[in-house]
Amino acid sequence: MAGGKEIKTKIASVQNTQKITAAMEMVAASKMRRAQDQMFATRPYAQRIADVVSHIASSHAEYKHPFLIERPVKRAGIVAVSTDRGLCGGLNTNMFKKALNHIGDLDDQGIEIEVATFGTKALGFFKRIGAKVIAETSHVGDSPEIGQIIGPVQALLTKYEEGEIDVIYLISNEFVNTMTQQPWMTQLVPVQPAEDKELSHHWDYIYEPDAREVLDGVLERYIESLVYQAVVENVACEMAARMLAMKNATDNAGAMIDELQLIYNRERQASITQEISEIVGGAAAV
Amino acid sequence: MSTIQVEIVSAEEQIFSGQALMVYAPAVMGEVGIAPRHTPLISPLKPGEVRLDMGDGKEEFFFISGGILEVQPHLVTVLSDTAIRAHDLDEAAALEAQKRAEDALADQQSDLDVAKAKAELAAAAAQIAAIKKLKKK
Repeated sequence: MAGGKEIKTKIASVQNTQKITAAMEMVAASKMRRAQDQMFATRPYAQRIADVVSHIASSHAEYKHPFLIERPVKRAGIVAVSTDRGLCGGLNTNMFKKALNHIGDLDDQGIEIEVATFGTKALGFFKRIGAKVIAETSHVGDSPEIGQIIGPVQALLTKYEEGEIDVIYLISNEFVNTMTQQPWMTQLVPVQPAEDKELSHHWDYIYEPDAREVLDGVLERYIESLVYQAVVENVACEMAARMLAMKNATDNAGAMIDELQLIYNRERQASITQEISEIVGGAAAV
Repeated sequence: MSTIQVEIVSAEEQIFSGQALMVYAPAVMGEVGIAPRHTPLISPLKPGEVRLDMGDGKEEFFFISGGILEVQPHLVTVLSDTAIRAHDLDEAAALEAQKRAEDALADQQSDLDVAKAKAELAAAAAQIAAIKKLKKK
C-alpha cells in the first residue's frame, strides 16, 4: 500500500487543525459573551447623552455650535472600525465593500476623503486603496476603553473645526445577532440628532458657565460615545463572526477526515487483496 | 419628603441609578446642590466627588474625573468621564494617533532605527568583551 502512510499523515494534520479551530470557536464564544455584556453596559450613557443632544438641538440656544451646522461638502472624513485579527469570516470584507461603495459615490461628486482607522485590517485596506489615513489606532484589545478612541476622533474633529473637512462618517459593523452582523454607516458630524419624542419644548437649560462651553463638552463626548459604541460593538461582531467561521472550519475538517479515512480504508483493502492474489498466484506457479 | 431620580453613567457602564433627596456635584463654577424640582440645568463637571443624600443621614459618594451634569425637574444625570480629560491631553492623543498612521504608512524601516540598533549592538558587544576580560583576570 503505497499512499497509506501519506494518507495517515494527512489525517493527523487535519485532526490537529480541527483541534485548533474547535478551541478557537470556544474561545470566541466566551469572549463574545463578554463583549456583548460590555456592549449593553455602554447603552445607558449613549442613550442619556443622545437625549441631551437631541434636546439641545431642538432648544433655542442663542449659540449654534459648528458641529450642528450643515455646510457644503468639499472634503469628507471617515472613521472606519475594523478588527485587528483575521479568521472572522467576511466581517471586514463586507464592511470594506460598503466603505468602497460610499467612497465611490463621494468620488463621483468630486469629494476627497481622509480616514481615521481602528484596527490593523482597516489600516491595511485604506493603505492599499491609497486613501489618506490621517490617524490610526490598533490593538485596542477585547475590552476597549474610551481613552483609546479619543485620539483618532479628535484628529478628525480638529480638521472639521478648522474647515478642512465638512462631514465625518462612521463605518462599522452592527451586531444584529450571533448569526448576523452587517456593515453599518452613519453620519457623525454635523450631528443629526434623533427626533425628540415631545417636539414642543418651550423650555431650555440654564447653561453654566455658558452655552458654548457646555455644548463643546457635550457634543464632543456624544461623538466619542458613538465611536466608542461602534468599537465595542465591533468586538462583539468579531467574536461572533469568528465563532461561526471556526465552527464551519471544524465541521469541514470533520468531513475531510471522514473522506480521507474512507480513502485510506479502500487503499488498505486493495493492498491486502493484491497481496492475497499474489500469494495465490505464487502458490499455483510452484 | 420628595426625592429625585439620579443616574450616574460612564461611557463604559452604568454606575448608579436610584432615588436621592439631594445631589451635590462639583460643577466647574463651584459645587452645586440639586434638590427635587430643580430648574433644568446643564453644566460641565470638574474632577471631584458626587455626593448623594439618601436620607436617614446616609450618604453615597462617587469619585468622577470630570463629566457633564444634566438636571431636569425629576431627573439628575451625571455623565461621568472615565478617562482624565484636558484639552492638552486630548490634543496629545490626537497627535499620537496621527503619528502612528504616518509611521504605518511610511512602512519601511527608517535608517535612523537601523543606526540606533547598530549603536546598541556595538555597545552590548563592548560590554560583553569587558565582562570576559574581567572574568579572565
